[in-house]
Amino acid sequence: MQNNVNITKNVTEYRQDFAIIANWVKFGSKVLDLGYGVEKDDTNLIACVKNGTNVIQMDLEDGLSGFEDQSFNTVILSQTLQAMHNTEEIVLEMLRVGKEIIVTFPNFGYWRNRMQITAGRMPVSKALPYQWYDTPNVHLCTINDFDYFCHHHNIEILERRVITDGKEVNFMPNLLGSLAMYRLKSK
Amino acid sequence: MSENNSIGIVAPQTAHFSEPLTLKSGAVLAQFNLVYETYGTLNADKSNAVLICHALSGTHHVAGKYSEQDKYPGWWDNLAGPGKPLDTNKFFVIGVNNLGGCHGSSGPVSINPATGKPWGSAFPIVTVEDWVNSQARLLNQLGITQLAAVIGGSLGGMQALQWTIAYPDRVRHALVIASAPNLTAQNIAFNEVARQAIITDPEFHGGDYYEHGVVPRRGLRIARMLGHITYLSDDAMGEKFGRKLKDDIKYGFNVEFEMESYLRYQGDKFAGEFDANTYLRMTRALDYYDPALAYDGDLSKALSQTQAKFLVLSFTSDWRFSPARSREIVKALLDNESTVSYAEVTAAHGHDAFLMPDKHYHAILRTYLSNIEVGGNHAK
Repeated sequence: MQNNVNITKNVTEYRQDFAIIANWVKFGSKVLDLGYGVEKDDTNLIACVKNGTNVIQMDLEDGLSGFEDQSFNTVILSQTLQAMHNTEEIVLEMLRVGKEIIVTFPNFGYWRNRMQITAGRMPVSKALPYQWYDTPNVHLCTINDFDYFCHHHNIEILERRVITDGKEVNFMPNLLGSLAMYRLKSK
Repeated sequence: MSENNSIGIVAPQTAHFSEPLTLKSGAVLAQFNLVYETYGTLNADKSNAVLICHALSGTHHVAGKYSEQDKYPGWWDNLAGPGKPLDTNKFFVIGVNNLGGCHGSSGPVSINPATGKPWGSAFPIVTVEDWVNSQARLLNQLGITQLAAVIGGSLGGMQALQWTIAYPDRVRHALVIASAPNLTAQNIAFNEVARQAIITDPEFHGGDYYEHGVVPRRGLRIARMLGHITYLSDDAMGEKFGRKLKDDIKYGFNVEFEMESYLRYQGDKFAGEFDANTYLRMTRALDYYDPALAYDGDLSKALSQTQAKFLVLSFTSDWRFSPARSREIVKALLDNESTVSYAEVTAAHGHDAFLMPDKHYHAILRTYLSNIEVGGNHAK
């Protein structure tokens, strides 16, 4: 059951990730924060409590069946998408429960990952700090993959931010960005 | 914060209530006493009061010591004190011994004013609802209209929940920790074994053992030993005791394993200081509590009138009040669009975890409590 997804050991990048999420979440709104990764969750949870944002911590693999349609302003899945087994289902469930959703994930199309693949090895990096045999990341994707996923599932991309080492990337994000952050809603 | 930020020396007080209290069972207490302690200062508009509800074996003595010589402070001293998660520089904290208790409030060991003898078996069965009603009387006497927060773990969490149901406009925040909206069959079963241990003790005398000058020590001891098994997780027990031996194996039935030694010690200690009649009543209050019962089992309906904001916490290794039970409360609150935060704290200590100063757990409490606004401190 325990599924640690402490992907970002890079503190700068982590804080940037959190700062953008915090910025996207309206103060006092109802937020369902999905995600496992004990260390990350702990910090996130306390930050949200501090913020006056309600946080519900739960095991994602149990699904969202307890929650009513459109009962949250925002549903967040932070750097966990790639570790989900039912990837498609969780995104659709989030869209059912939330008026808006936030999804962030490490971009597998980042040039450093591509370099390692080109060199014949599975990528290992600060953003993907696992070996192929012990990784919880079973559904890695690129920014282009996710864009296509949204298009294919009739999901509207309200905003997309891409960062590398804490800095925003606007030029060739699928190649130069290491972390992708999406704000989405159903079309 | 230093380790030593204790509230210091405290003293209990007794409140007397001469208005009759009708209990859920229909029985009436013509008058009663509640013993309580307070820490911190009630502010001018009386908006900073926090009530701590105790669990099965708890008391009003939440924090501090009665004298410098006391070996141990109150049972939740790591929570309440100056600079602690429940900061007594900000809050006026109230600990109260529940009705039916054995630490000074009216209960089986106290004197029945009608007879001049200990109540014993004649003391009525009290419920979570009765406790909350009696606690409300205490607040009336203290001139407190509304609590900034009510906090409880386990059976105390049930009282916190009940506060929000019975007195929706008198509670701003409810912290329901390691609790449940009712007991599972398994939990009732454990309670029944504990009660049977007490009731079948030859020295129980139908609950009127005081007049025989004895106490059903063996029964209470076994009840407590059983309880301790269920408050710990298998892992925590394995880590703490494993199969460690006291000495060489003696091939007999005296203590061989550290685990046995611990249980016997805890049982003996408890049997020497707690009242068996109180233990029976506390476990019964646990069994009976079920706010959804009056709503065809619909907890969402039971909680529909609550106005408090909730913090619900559970612990991953707690199998006696499992996270799933806390999630039922959270689900019901969410159905009502109530304000609720919920965290499942990763902890190895089982049900006991709610009393431990786990770093993350206390950080959540500290953060949540520091956000509660009280008069004269409306930080924006």
